[in-house]
Amino acid sequence: MSTASPPTRGFVGRHAADARDPRLPPGQYDAHDAFPVLSAEATPEIAAADWTFRIDGLVGAPRTWTWDEARALPPSTYEGPIHCVTSWSKLATRFTGVSVDSFLDAVQPHPSATHVVAHSHTGYTTNLALADLTGGKAWIAFDYEGEPLTAAHGGPARLLVPHLYFWKSAKWIAGLRLVGADEPGFWERNRYHHRGDPWAEERYAGD
Amino acid sequence: MPATDDLLPPLPEFAAPGRVAPSLRGRVQWQHAEVVAVRRETPGLRTVRLALPVWNEHVAGQHYMVRLTAADGYTTQRHYSVASPPGDTGHIDLTVDRVEGGEVSGYFHTVARPGDRIEVRGPLGGFFAWSGDRPALLVGGGSGVVPLVSMLRHARSVPGTADLHLVACVRTPEDLPYASELASAPDVTVVHSRRAPTGQPVGRLTAETLAPHAAQALAEDREVFVCGSTSFAESVAKPLLTAGLPPTHLRIERFG
Ligand SMILES: Cc1cc2nc3c(=O)[nH]c(=O)nc-3n(C[C@H](O)[C@H](O)[C@H](O)COP(=O)(O)OP(=O)(O)OC[C@H]3O[C@@H](n4cnc5c(N)ncnc54)[C@H](O)[C@@H]3O)c2cc1C
Repeated sequence: MSTASPPTRGFVGRHAADARDPRLPPGQYDAHDAFPVLSAEATPEIAAADWTFRIDGLVGAPRTWTWDEARALPPSTYEGPIHCVTSWSKLATRFTGVSVDSFLDAVQPHPSATHVVAHSHTGYTTNLALADLTGGKAWIAFDYEGEPLTAAHGGPARLLVPHLYFWKSAKWIAGLRLVGADEPGFWERNRYHHRGDPWAEERYAGD
Repeated sequence: MPATDDLLPPLPEFAAPGRVAPSLRGRVQWQHAEVVAVRRETPGLRTVRLALPVWNEHVAGQHYMVRLTAADGYTTQRHYSVASPPGDTGHIDLTVDRVEGGEVSGYFHTVARPGDRIEVRGPLGGFFAWSGDRPALLVGGGSGVVPLVSMLRHARSVPGTADLHLVACVRTPEDLPYASELASAPDVTVVHSRRAPTGQPVGRLTAETLAPHAAQALAEDREVFVCGSTSFAESVAKPLLTAGLPPTHLRIERFG
């Protein structure tokens, strides 16, 4: 975390310090209408009919959902901000999908499960504490602003964990593996922070 | 009973492994860099050379965070790739594209001058990085050339690094950054989308124009680094994958 920085000669910010939106975590700026795309791989084209979502690992009843099965679960909407580690935030977003709780309810997580490896149809992975995915804090999202999620933004379905930096919200989500220890995922092995709490500015290893 | 690990199917591997050892060092701190030169690179690009009191050698392709502070304490930060090679000890060059109404790029284009001090933190990112250990094809669009030129400069200045070829995509000859290093060089192909020097073709990079580079990358087991806007990145990545490039060999950096 930073202490006060000296002023940069001649720099005039977009607005006064006291006009900074309190919904912006430290170091973030408001991207307004922009919704940048920052994946490290080529965008895959996955038809909804071919998409599947699996939960396995330390669970009593591993299970795979098809698109129709996942969409038949009770819908749930998130309205609020998202924060990318590259310093932009979007303050008013609306994603609709299914709460991760609804999926977990069906698989009987084992008490020894403490962490999750979220993995994508591209092979992308990211690690999360199980507690960051439960209690109405995470979704499998299908729609953004009332429209099907585009492929560039992770469609047909992405993980949405809006209280953490957005690299945790794995695009093209393929599954969650419940595990008994924290194992770094793709960016975490590339020196990003293990947890990624934007309010604690946990961007990189050691933050 | 919970399933045990050996009964679980292996997770699909993401591809390309990281390039910078996670244990390299601890937290990378903010520091006060001094602007030592500002150079107009092209009508839209400006290179700002910074002297760093604390030198953490980067791997070509990595980036820094920049933080600016207004008189009232308001701060804002952005990420910029390093254009200079790792061997340029104590200094980094950032090349910044002018963005209409851009808060930080506007500062670099209209305010920054030698003697100014700004806060920076880096190097950051361990995936879009080339240490010189294996041959690579580099494809950049506009300011996407920035991290790639760091790789090219590294390859040219350090004997024994693997072979690189850069495909730089710009609109007109005047838009080519680092022109004295990139124009008519055997390890660079410049693609002009709007206007080209006499005798050279005009047109966007297509699957067809990429084909010989893709074929060479496949034949020589090259890694491919693609950098630019997301539409540019997709327009390059798709034909490369269609041509048979394994996804494990593809690294993309998007500026947003
Ligand atoms: C890893 C990485 C590496 C990068 N490397 C480079 C590099 O080498 N070179 C480079 O040039 N860039 C690079 N970028 C992009 C860079 O970080 C900035 O995004 C870019 O310079 C634009 O920042 P800005 O402050 O000038 O624009 P911003 O102020 O962020 O504005 C961007 C756009 O949004 C509009 N906008 C924003 N806020 C408002 C508002 N309140 N009202 C109206 N419109 C608004 C602006 O008009 C503008 O069109 C990189 C990005 C990443 C993630």
